[in-house]
Amino acid sequence: MSPNSTLAPFAIRKGSAPRRQLRGNARYAPTFATLGLFLAMFAVGAGMYPSFLSGQVFLNLFIDNTFLIVLAVGMTFVILTGGIDLSVGAVVALSMMVAATLLQQGWNPAAVIVLVLLIGSTLGLAMGLIIHHFEIQPFIVTLAGMFLARGLCYVISLDSIPVTEGFFTGMAQAQIPLPGDLFVSPGVILALAIVAAAFFVLHHTRFGRTVYAIGGNENSAMLMGLPVRTTKVLVYALSGFCSAVAGILFSFYSLSGYSLAAQGMELDAIAAVVIGGTLLTGGTGYVLGSVVGVLVLGIVQTFIAYDGTLSSWWTKIVIGALLLAFILLQRLFTRKTT
Amino acid sequence: MTSLLKHRLAWPVIALAALLLLNQLFRPDFLALRMQDGHLYGSLIDIMRNGAPTILIALGMTLVIATRGIDLSVGAVVAIAGAASCAYIAASPEPGSPATALTAVLIAVVAGLAVGAWNGFLVATIGVQPIIATLVLMTAGRGIAQLITGGQIISVTNDGYKAIGAGYLFTLPVSILITAAVFVLAAGLTRRTALGTLIEAVGINPVASRLAGLRSRNIVWIVYVFSAVCAAFAGLMISSNVTAADANNAGLYIEMDAILAVVIGGTSLAGGRYTLTGTVVGAFIIQTLTTTVYTLGIPPEVTLVFKALVVITVCLLQAPKARKLFARVKAPARPAATEPAKEEVAL
Amino acid sequence: MNEIVPVVEMTDISIGFPGVKALDGVGFRLYQGEVHALMGENGAGKSTLIKALTGVYTIDSGTITVLGENKRFSAPAESQAAGISTVYQEVNLCPNLTVEENILLGREPRRRGSIDWKGVRSRAREVLAELHLEHVDPGSLLSSHSIAVQQLIAIARSVEVSAKVLILDEPTSSLDAGEVAQLFGVIRQLRDSGVAILFVSHFLEQVYEISDRMTVLRNGKLVGEYLTRDLSRMSLISKMIGKELEALAELDEAPARTRTRSEEGSTPFLETEGIGRKGSVANVDLSIHPGEVLGLAGLLGAGRTEIARLLFGADKADAGLIRIKGNERKIRSPRAAIDRRIAFCSEDRKKEGLIGDLSVRDNLVLAMQASKGWARRIPRRTQDELVAEYIEALDIRPANPDALIKNLSGGNQQKVLLARWLVTHPELLILDEPTRGIDIGAKTQIQKLVNRLAAEGMSVLFISSELEEVLRVSDRIAVIKDREKVAEINNDGVCAEDVMAVIAGGTQ
Repeated sequence: MSPNSTLAPFAIRKGSAPRRQLRGNARYAPTFATLGLFLAMFAVGAGMYPSFLSGQVFLNLFIDNTFLIVLAVGMTFVILTGGIDLSVGAVVALSMMVAATLLQQGWNPAAVIVLVLLIGSTLGLAMGLIIHHFEIQPFIVTLAGMFLARGLCYVISLDSIPVTEGFFTGMAQAQIPLPGDLFVSPGVILALAIVAAAFFVLHHTRFGRTVYAIGGNENSAMLMGLPVRTTKVLVYALSGFCSAVAGILFSFYSLSGYSLAAQGMELDAIAAVVIGGTLLTGGTGYVLGSVVGVLVLGIVQTFIAYDGTLSSWWTKIVIGALLLAFILLQRLFTRKTT
Repeated sequence: MTSLLKHRLAWPVIALAALLLLNQLFRPDFLALRMQDGHLYGSLIDIMRNGAPTILIALGMTLVIATRGIDLSVGAVVAIAGAASCAYIAASPEPGSPATALTAVLIAVVAGLAVGAWNGFLVATIGVQPIIATLVLMTAGRGIAQLITGGQIISVTNDGYKAIGAGYLFTLPVSILITAAVFVLAAGLTRRTALGTLIEAVGINPVASRLAGLRSRNIVWIVYVFSAVCAAFAGLMISSNVTAADANNAGLYIEMDAILAVVIGGTSLAGGRYTLTGTVVGAFIIQTLTTTVYTLGIPPEVTLVFKALVVITVCLLQAPKARKLFARVKAPARPAATEPAKEEVAL
Repeated sequence: MNEIVPVVEMTDISIGFPGVKALDGVGFRLYQGEVHALMGENGAGKSTLIKALTGVYTIDSGTITVLGENKRFSAPAESQAAGISTVYQEVNLCPNLTVEENILLGREPRRRGSIDWKGVRSRAREVLAELHLEHVDPGSLLSSHSIAVQQLIAIARSVEVSAKVLILDEPTSSLDAGEVAQLFGVIRQLRDSGVAILFVSHFLEQVYEISDRMTVLRNGKLVGEYLTRDLSRMSLISKMIGKELEALAELDEAPARTRTRSEEGSTPFLETEGIGRKGSVANVDLSIHPGEVLGLAGLLGAGRTEIARLLFGADKADAGLIRIKGNERKIRSPRAAIDRRIAFCSEDRKKEGLIGDLSVRDNLVLAMQASKGWARRIPRRTQDELVAEYIEALDIRPANPDALIKNLSGGNQQKVLLARWLVTHPELLILDEPTRGIDIGAKTQIQKLVNRLAAEGMSVLFISSELEEVLRVSDRIAVIKDREKVAEINNDGVCAEDVMAVIAGGTQ
């Protein structure tokens, strides 16, 4: 050994690096677990109720949850950066209220939709800016955003406002036929288009990769010269935009605006993302996983509807239990590597 | 020490005083108290009585936040506590007897203990982030409450039970007395024992606390249990006040009000030093704000928007970044208090 | 050399933090094709200077020119755009992404707005090949590689941008000799291709091996700029420390230890047999007798702290056994260790010691209070007596029990932390770098205190990077190298060179 190298410090053995991320194929494990769960639930449903095993029952999972799929897409972006957005449910309600009110006053539906999308995105952008510039935890800022949006709903009206406008009712009733006597709603196509766009953005653009990098190690991402600030702010704007789209889709679905609508929907969205395999600490997860997460939530509701003896509150309890199970699963996967 | 206290509580107290004065200007009898049938009446009493559940929950929340945690499940606990006690009273053979009322209270408290122990288990033992851990029961808890009530609003007729939220004792509403008792208990428990200091130690530096031999797990458990029990009492008050359990709406958004009260009172969401007195003042501010909205003739629907703006403002004022800006504007000579990024300098 | 325009020229740079002037009118020049070492003790301003150059901190005054152009960086991205790349000690990459992404993140080749993943793969392969890292699979996760490889991947990232300036901040602190050689090969290759390299390291020999010139800083001020071959090791050290060599020698006299040699055959207070922890340290045998000071010598990162943490239960040992007073005991947590009368002062005061927002009083009685449990508060009068006693005994200033500990100086903070443990009357006191970053007066006081405690019968495990200090206070010295104990030396007449020789002598 040369005299120079004797002063070298010593090797840290392989495997001693601190790791908070899932390794190798373990990355996909939670998502596959969810997919397996979904298939198992579908199989059980088919075993219990013969009519369960039909293409339409499967498609209905999409038709009944278009808004939740879109919400989960936005939430996936936010959670991937390690943040959280509690305002989404309230923004959905606000979007519905604004849409219903303006349509009642005879606005052009296209103008209404544009305005609603603008309001949602602006709210999200504002929250992102506050989170970033004042370094306040996302949950408290989005909590305030939730207050604000819900409060604005109350200000608009305390009563439910029906939507009778032609385009919206048309969308509510429209069915796009598929081979084999099946059909989907136009909302499903829109939601899936958004999912595809999100997939592309996350996996094939620099913005998307920056989202992952921030979740992996924000400080590193900053030191690597990535546009951390812009990305973090945009992620909340994106979530606000998705909430507004979800609001429009929910309006198609329910044909009304009500200030108490979409209560607790932020929890459903978070649950779908977590069940879909995205780590709450950020950096790992897939938008397609979130879609499967929504389908799992949807199938729980379908079960309860099919059963008939079970009441609606079981949905909440089961979602809570699933959320818990997947959080514990995440702990299990990450504990070994922390 | 006195200057510190002044600094911490000065702004909340001034804000509260200003709000009260504003009301007095619009309604000259606002601050007046009057005796009637041996009961005290007046707007101040109303504010205290209506604010009691929020204060209770905010007291628990303060300690949770001091340990760097958050408890989102309190609203659900309110619903569960109300549902469990009312369901018990409605189903008991003697729905009007004091013994039944007492058992109902006991059931609610046990429910609170169970929820608190569960949250504490998830946070302290399993190590789940507090927001997420309590999110589970925030989601499932209301479902459980609905399960208990069968989705119905359960009305009960029991004088003993009704007294908790609507009764009077020594000229004062019982709910105010209960809240005062819990405040004294919490303040006494944390300051007479070492609990307060240890809670702050865990909140300020959990790593150092562990290395000093602190069993932070126990401390964290205690605060979540305390928070849930406070929420259970609040649930009793709310359901007793209307002598009914409404699993859907009881305690809806109360977690937000409680967090707001804690933040306005001057306890930082980052954990560490806390002030229970500040929290009480904070809760009064929120309640007075609600009253003010009525007094000024503003439609009550606007209250939520108001609250949202207050949260944002207070958070901005607490944020180190904003403080720095503020300090620069006010007194350019004084160095900024702390600047997180630069604290890391190796010196 | 001076006719050429420097790649980077920093003139009269000042940066202040509340209460501290981190850099005071410092100048610095870096030329193309040189390896330039930035030298100085901890706190001299090295990392502040680097952070000014990389845009992490904004300078208060002075000028920075890059290739003759005036620059003012306010974000890392701006510095990188100017051709400055940095590889930090704690690898600043994203562990959740693949190697190729980490190399190309933010600069991925694109086709019509979409990342060209094939292009990413081939570009990453090229860059890895340039650094002789062909064996690294570009598609593998970063976290699946050792720190050394991660460091090289970080360098690959800066090679990819064909950086003009490469800053290496303590790049070798977790590499073994072979890995250091590989790294140096890469550094020379880059230097020869015309990159200006700024190298920061604690390891003198490495600095002498790799650098062409050096700039020495002390207390935020510039000491001077030297050619490495013109500056002897001893004069470099005296410039870093700011004392003449004779003064250094004098300093070493310090308090003489009255040795209380432990009797052969007596039961040690603590004895370990082959304790270890996966990925940390392996197979460590130690024994400490009552009244004995055992020193742990070894380089930074050799595994000294890791051993201390195992003994204290801060990390759980997964091999070997620990005997306390002859009985086998499991130490699963700090709490368990404290119950066995073991105390531990961490090397990281701020993160692992201080409760910054609490008072001196609260900090001082914390361990004692934690042992009593929350329900039994130490009466105020007892607290006052204890605090007054230790403020007096350890000369803690300001002598105000209600001062917030974060406002005390480093030396006084350390004394409070020592007092925190002394009030619990431990039988074994583990001190990890107790004198790091504190002034010389406080340092001597602490050394004397260790002496006295041992004389009173306490066992002390003393860890320090300063060999002289270890020699001064210890009865025996265990030499730690490569995360194992390699030798044990009785401290009778040995000098620093002897211990150094043991460390240098390779694994026995």
